Amino acid sequence: MTVAIIRFGGSNCDRDALRALEHLGIDAEIVWHDDGLPADSSGIVIPGGFSYGDYLRAGAMAARAPIMDEIRAAAEEGTPVLGVCNGAQIGSEGGLTPGAFTTNRSARFQCEPVHLRVENAETPWTEAFEEGEVIEVPIAHGEGRFEVPDDHLDMLNDENRVLFRYCDADGNVTDETNPNGSKENVAGVLGADDNVAVLMPHPERASLPDIGPTDGQGVLLGFQ
Amino acid sequence: MTAYTATVTVRLKRGVLDPEAETTQQALERLGFELDDLRSADRFEVDLDAADADDAEARATEMAERLLANPTIHDYTVEVAEA
Repeated sequence: MTVAIIRFGGSNCDRDALRALEHLGIDAEIVWHDDGLPADSSGIVIPGGFSYGDYLRAGAMAARAPIMDEIRAAAEEGTPVLGVCNGAQIGSEGGLTPGAFTTNRSARFQCEPVHLRVENAETPWTEAFEEGEVIEVPIAHGEGRFEVPDDHLDMLNDENRVLFRYCDADGNVTDETNPNGSKENVAGVLGADDNVAVLMPHPERASLPDIGPTDGQGVLLGFQ
Repeated sequence: MTAYTATVTVRLKRGVLDPEAETTQQALERLGFELDDLRSADRFEVDLDAADADDAEARATEMAERLLANPTIHDYTVEVAEA
């Protein structure tokens, strides 16, 4: 029972994810995408980075790699799948989750801590939190603006599939607390079922007590 | 089979924010140009052999659907000409 952390050419948060999961006592290994998904994978992390140089669109190339067929099949069977940052872009490009992550409103790469309000605490990725709880996790992206047609956004809201929204320290969700111009401050969403989630902020970078806040641990506990 | 060039033009849907185009417009204005608006687009020229123009267009359209465009945020056009 091992969580597979999928490494593409240009992934660079794979080792961070490994270290964070190991710290939580969750068995994990890095898997080169071209070697295929190990049959006994108990979970899948699509890590952050700059796979294939963000050519065409961030995540577009990795989302068409053959291993994505295996990941989609595993997701349908209920295997937990988490896409973080570039992994979120790959997940949305690959149809695991709705919407798209595109160029920040600022047109700049932004690397900064943000506050997130937990919108749905009844998922594997958020059950460590309370609904409405505010956590602090860093972002580091140039293409994190969540875009989605309005009718799909309504569906996501109706089905309670928004995991996190960017907010201030008190949980207020406003345009000022929206770092990248995402629709309705959405920072992370669920796929068709709650075993699949993507988010732009980096929980694995907020999981080791030695280097700062550990609010991200709760997200990674979705693999427990 | 005939050689064709399919030109696929991918642009953001109307109403989708384009920060790169805004930044480019600002740079043009800084250079002293006057303009009302600016839109950018990606253009792909695909050379392919096909039975006829319809076949070439169908294949280029599938390329746009499956990779060149992201239907969530993009519209695209496909034009085919004999190479």
